[in-house]
Amino acid sequence: MMSSAPAVRVAGLRVDRGGKPVLRDVSFEAPRGSVLGLIGPSGCGKTTLMRCLVGVQIVRGGTVTVLGEPAGSPGLRRRVGYSTQTPAVYADLSVRENMRYFAAVLGAPRTDPDRVIEEVGLGDHRDQVVGTLSGGQLNRANLAAALLGGPELLVLDEPTVGLDPLLREELWALFRRLTDRGTTLVVSSHVMDEAVRTDRLLLMREGEILADGSPSELTERTGTADLEAAFLRLIHERAESPA
Amino acid sequence: MSTVLSPTITVATTRRILSQLRHDRRTLGLLVGVPSLLMILLRYVFDEPPVFDRIGPMLLGLFPFVIMFVVASVGTLRERTGGTLERLMTTPTGKLDFLLGYALAFGLLSLVQVGVVLVISLTWLGLDLNGSVGSLVLVAVLDALLGMALGLFASAFARTEFQAVQFMPAFVLPQVLLCGLLIPRDSMATWLRVISDVLPLSYAVDAMQRVSREASFSGALLKDVLVIAGFTLGALALGAATLRRRTA
Repeated sequence: MMSSAPAVRVAGLRVDRGGKPVLRDVSFEAPRGSVLGLIGPSGCGKTTLMRCLVGVQIVRGGTVTVLGEPAGSPGLRRRVGYSTQTPAVYADLSVRENMRYFAAVLGAPRTDPDRVIEEVGLGDHRDQVVGTLSGGQLNRANLAAALLGGPELLVLDEPTVGLDPLLREELWALFRRLTDRGTTLVVSSHVMDEAVRTDRLLLMREGEILADGSPSELTERTGTADLEAAFLRLIHERAESPA
Repeated sequence: MSTVLSPTITVATTRRILSQLRHDRRTLGLLVGVPSLLMILLRYVFDEPPVFDRIGPMLLGLFPFVIMFVVASVGTLRERTGGTLERLMTTPTGKLDFLLGYALAFGLLSLVQVGVVLVISLTWLGLDLNGSVGSLVLVAVLDALLGMALGLFASAFARTEFQAVQFMPAFVLPQVLLCGLLIPRDSMATWLRVISDVLPLSYAVDAMQRVSREASFSGALLKDVLVIAGFTLGALALGAATLRRRTA
């Protein structure tokens, strides 16, 4: 279902922050046109890993290859979209002014601001100043900025936090439309019920990957009924047999 | 960096900063209103035209410097802490695009600021200027850009807006004491004089004194202008060094 070269290839990645290891020897691949989920408790290294993918994190060792180039290469800056967990948009500009600015910076088509505003369902709020949006709307404005220019890889940190179930459903439908077009998504979440929707999951804990596989593979391998139980089983297994 | 500078991105950044200010009417009002009010106060506090003629132009150079320092340091600190700078660093935006975007926006803003204060000073307050209005505007806008460049640089050392605001007295007030506004620099102790020689505001105030006294654009004024421009470029270069694509 995907082309041969993976969209993301991470090998032996190590990151220290404040003298402490945050990522310890992380390796994985994300096939093109798929949704890769990063699941784990807060503080497990999800955000740091995502920062490595977009090339804004200082790393201690290992390699991160994105769309065939080292992460953070100048050539990737139009091909990778990134939305941070804390919304990084201008609170004192309207939704549309924000999108127009980021579109101009990316050299995206003039029609892109309106397109992404519709895609995240903020059409009725396009002229509203971002600082007056609700938390969920603010998150969607942040996501919209990442969609500008139609990037090949989207790195989305907790994109569905604070959204009602209907909106969450709509965003996942959007993510599916994107992967159908060949876009690769790396999406982090700390809620298990979202993990089921991904093609492939990395279960993370304390800077390490506990398991890597499709949701059904993970439940099968651990002989559990759901992912929550699978995660618990994996943590116990790790505790019993320290590396 | 793929490209060092992209005119499209620079201009888009300038427009974005000006749009932000357009939404923030109060800040805009303060930017233009406060220096005007201070000039009016100054005129009537002294109530002696010769004194006002001497001090007025110096303050016309000082106000944009101080105000742009504060606005630029808080503004860029918000970009650093709010994540928008990081987002821009994942896009084709170059460091120079970011810095020049700010310089252009604040340069235009200081033009409006200086223009309004100048019109009030020359008409209502009866400021008597020996030099040309053009050279006064040139020096005042350069001072504003110097303040902006230093503010951008200073913001790298602040973690919070509280700290950023405190940098104003820390960076600016010693310069105000030593720049020759209160006491002529010639009558200072030698060691103070030496310090004031390496502080940019000394040249800003000297330039303004020349504009108010000398009818022609002298070589000494040109030297001041070049020194201020040099400090501005130096501060921008230091500021560029504090903009990192990768952080810990």
